[in-house]
Amino acid sequence: MSILHLVNKSPYERPSLETCLAYYQAGDAILLIEDGVYAAVNGGRAASGLQGLDVAVLGPDLAARGIRQEKLIDGVKVVDYGGFVDLAVAKDKIQSWL
Amino acid sequence: MKFTIQVNEGPYQHQSSDSAYHFAKSVLEKGHEIFRIFFYHDGVNNGTRLTTPPQDDRNIVNRWSDLAQQHNLDLVVCVAAAQRRGIVDEGEAKRNKKDATNIAQGFRISGLGQLVEGAIQSDRLVVFGD
Amino acid sequence: MSQTKKFLYVNRKAPYGTIYAWESLEVVLIGAAFEQDVSLAFIDDGVYQLVKGQDTSGIGMKNFSPTYAALGDYEVRKIYVEKESLEARGLSLDDLQHLVYEDEEEDWAEKDSIMLVSRAEMAEVMAEQDVLFNF
Repeated sequence: MSILHLVNKSPYERPSLETCLAYYQAGDAILLIEDGVYAAVNGGRAASGLQGLDVAVLGPDLAARGIRQEKLIDGVKVVDYGGFVDLAVAKDKIQSWL
Repeated sequence: MKFTIQVNEGPYQHQSSDSAYHFAKSVLEKGHEIFRIFFYHDGVNNGTRLTTPPQDDRNIVNRWSDLAQQHNLDLVVCVAAAQRRGIVDEGEAKRNKKDATNIAQGFRISGLGQLVEGAIQSDRLVVFGD
Repeated sequence: MSQTKKFLYVNRKAPYGTIYAWESLEVVLIGAAFEQDVSLAFIDDGVYQLVKGQDTSGIGMKNFSPTYAALGDYEVRKIYVEKESLEARGLSLDDLQHLVYEDEEEDWAEKDSIMLVSRAEMAEVMAEQDVLFNF
């Protein structure tokens, strides 16, 4: 059964994203929200771990933090709260990596 | 789909309550149903009517009350967590001999069983926390 | 009309520094009455919750660790502890409480509730669940 992994903390503050990546399986998706969005910034140490995975970032949280979409690694989808809901419906359950 | 949403943090201190609120609104806008929103840990502090946030910023408590009223939502504050943190309704005031109540409109205080029931009855449980 | 769901209570935080460990246990205890298929997972700093010999007298907080030992009485028999998280913290199974349940199908024989699993195995456990609780 598929999982929507929610990561809300910065990877530079807390290792939650690192643990999340170890639990990610094919068919899952990761949504970065709140401070978690920083992980998708290109050139950051945490970004390489996201390569090749199904990753989305919550647009409003990016914008709030002044991160323009061009700064993100390739392949990351930017979604709004509606997209967040769609992801929660599409996957079978949600794991909040707090 | 039916959603149960769990809010683990209080208003303003963490973004959890905001994220949960915007998510909840979108759930409804997309035509899904919210079975219950359960406030646990410091999340119970979303249920006090005594906040006076600055006028130029969002009023988190009122926002929850308004959403609950508009959509007939069940906002539940966990009784054990509420007792620890001082969120009180009439029943709790009598039971624990408190001289005041502070529960906000649209919230009710109830047991952890409400969270478990929500998880059983809903299609999705989404947890917002720190 | 009731359906049984597979519930996983995910614990990733240390005890006492924050209340999450204790308040999550309270959900497990109340949840037992709902007779779902319950498992507990201890990952990252969550493994610290099970360390034996907790003495809270010096910090003036209630020592809630005896509650883990009572989980067997609440029909909680599947307690997964992640090996990598233990090892990264310099701990082993020996440092943890010995948690057991009584198996009514084998003349109430005492059995271990704790299963030490690798990260990969824990991921499989997580993938099988219906509902994931996080605190």
